Amino acid sequence: MTAPLLDVRNLTVRFATAEGLVTAVDEVSFQLRSGEIMGLVGESGSGKSVTAKAIMRLNAGNTRYGEGTAITVTVPDRRIDVMALARERDMRPVRGDLVSMIFQEPMASFAPAITIGRQMIEQLQLHRPLGRREASEIGIEMLSKVGISEPGKRFDQYAFELSGGMRQRAMIAMALSTRPRLLIADEPTTALDVTIQAQVLELIRGLVAEYGMGVILITHDLGVVAQTCDSVAVMYLGRLVERGPVRDVIRRPQHPYTQGLLNALPKLEDLDAPLTPVPGDIPSPLERPRGCVFHTRCPKRIPDRCDSAVPHLIGRGDGREVACFAAGAEAA
Amino acid sequence: MSVSIVSVNDLAVHFRLGGGFLGKGLVVRAVEGVSLVIPRGSFFGLVGESGSGKTTLGRAILKAVPITSGEVVFHDGERAFDIPKLTAADTKLYRRRAQLIFQDPYAALSPRMTVRDIIAEPLEVMRLTKTRAEIDARVRDIAAKCRLNVEHLRRFPHAFSGGQRQRISIARALVTEPAFLVADESVAALDVSIQADILNLLKALQRDLGLTFLFISHDLSVVAHTCDHVAVMYLGRLVETAPTRRLFTTPMHPYTRALLSAIPSLDPDDRGKAEKLEGEIPSPARPPAGCKFHTRCRFVRERCRSEEPRLREVGGGSVVACHFAEEIQATQAAA
Repeated sequence: MTAPLLDVRNLTVRFATAEGLVTAVDEVSFQLRSGEIMGLVGESGSGKSVTAKAIMRLNAGNTRYGEGTAITVTVPDRRIDVMALARERDMRPVRGDLVSMIFQEPMASFAPAITIGRQMIEQLQLHRPLGRREASEIGIEMLSKVGISEPGKRFDQYAFELSGGMRQRAMIAMALSTRPRLLIADEPTTALDVTIQAQVLELIRGLVAEYGMGVILITHDLGVVAQTCDSVAVMYLGRLVERGPVRDVIRRPQHPYTQGLLNALPKLEDLDAPLTPVPGDIPSPLERPRGCVFHTRCPKRIPDRCDSAVPHLIGRGDGREVACFAAGAEAA
Repeated sequence: MSVSIVSVNDLAVHFRLGGGFLGKGLVVRAVEGVSLVIPRGSFFGLVGESGSGKTTLGRAILKAVPITSGEVVFHDGERAFDIPKLTAADTKLYRRRAQLIFQDPYAALSPRMTVRDIIAEPLEVMRLTKTRAEIDARVRDIAAKCRLNVEHLRRFPHAFSGGQRQRISIARALVTEPAFLVADESVAALDVSIQADILNLLKALQRDLGLTFLFISHDLSVVAHTCDHVAVMYLGRLVETAPTRRLFTTPMHPYTRALLSAIPSLDPDDRGKAEKLEGEIPSPARPPAGCKFHTRCRFVRERCRSEEPRLREVGGGSVVACHFAEEIQATQAAA
């Protein structure tokens, strides 16, 4: 069996703060194949962005990775042990070369006083032995590929001269110009209007079909996941609680948290259905519950079990994984 | 016919862009030619993309932005207020009856005040109460209605989660006993699991206290579930208003159709079925001639490029600004 493009094992991330070590991600494991779009879903504080940044080693200086953490990126001619990268220079392959990232707010990701073209050239020359002219050609071609009209003119413009949707397209063009094997998209459409969101998601799907890279799409919107992803991983308070093919997870969620999230969503097919909130509030990361992190809000919690023992993500043989004592009992 | 609490007629709000060398003489028509009636006791949704003017319209009704021309009349059953011509004394009275709930519960609450003081501040500013005991009673009463504990009142906002903070914001808006509230993206910053809780609270408050809400949102699924009427804006214009069920089953304006179609469905089998809307919303400083939507409309005809459609009734409670609404609806329904 060939190794997956991305293999994350026992990822644990803690931050050293004035109030002590705060656990942001707790023993998260998953794999991603080339050509697969995986949705990484969770609410604020669930650790989805921290998980993604760990792959590029982009978390801040106060980050402490757990001892058992292992992240491996495997491409045909290379195998990179991300955790073993010690110097900034060594991290280049996972920062913009094999792995690229796009963010929610493209305005914050472009330097405001440098033209889009110069930034694209800089990124390309950092990773490839290209001359200025070749790099410009690749950059303009990428802009045209993501559906930007007059790419030659846009190339010489500044980020503020573009509309929100165009900026996000330019961001994608820049991220993909080095032909990364793995693209991490952190809430790429959250700041966009719904009609523009539809355009950008279609663009990402089309580019995956053409280039065959793997994508981690971080979002809080399960509708976006349903329309874009092949698989989905659901996080809550730093733990991965459920994972599987998108169709199965959305149609037959197994974890009570996934079920709660889907019930809380307003659905257009049934306007009379009541909106059911997940009871209670998300606990503070400083006061992580013992046992299952979701037990304080879980309608299916088993007394004396869920509040003391930690349920691990268990494969169910059908490509699905669930971390829940109650869900296991149900299936049996 | 229900009684209106707010009626807006041919409202325009223009902003002049600064006299810089590029922006010279440039006027942004944030709201133009908007007429609408908000029935008393309704949960009235106002949707549109960024730059559509929905926030400006909400603020104009609250007299929080200068009105360029047109009428806004507020009548809560006790007395009427002519909003563009309010005197300073009447403005004070009006502020008690019409309130705003903000989007970001993190930015809206002062970190240096206790929850009790935050909720009580409007009472003190408007001098609505005489004694401290009276204020405390009012604060406790409204806090309970917003499902806040009495013990929460002594704490500072930083101790609360997003959902709890939004309940504090709502309590503050309600403490002067207003009849009308503008909720501007009031659940947009909240997590999904909390959002449903706040929506249910707003609906319960509306029912129990007989309030009217203008609910401004970019999220059509949320609007579909909470509002009884919906108005759709595009580039400063109202393009369609209708009872919620009607709007979501029989959208009459091509823009409404496209907007509904762009909502990502939870059904993975719906992939690729969305009606694609090309391009982006033009700049409100340089709107196109004729129908403002014609640059993106796939049903565009010659007339749309030159003549701006007026709002007109087309049956079923729908009011729409499109020359060819009936024809497009009929052919689309048949297809």
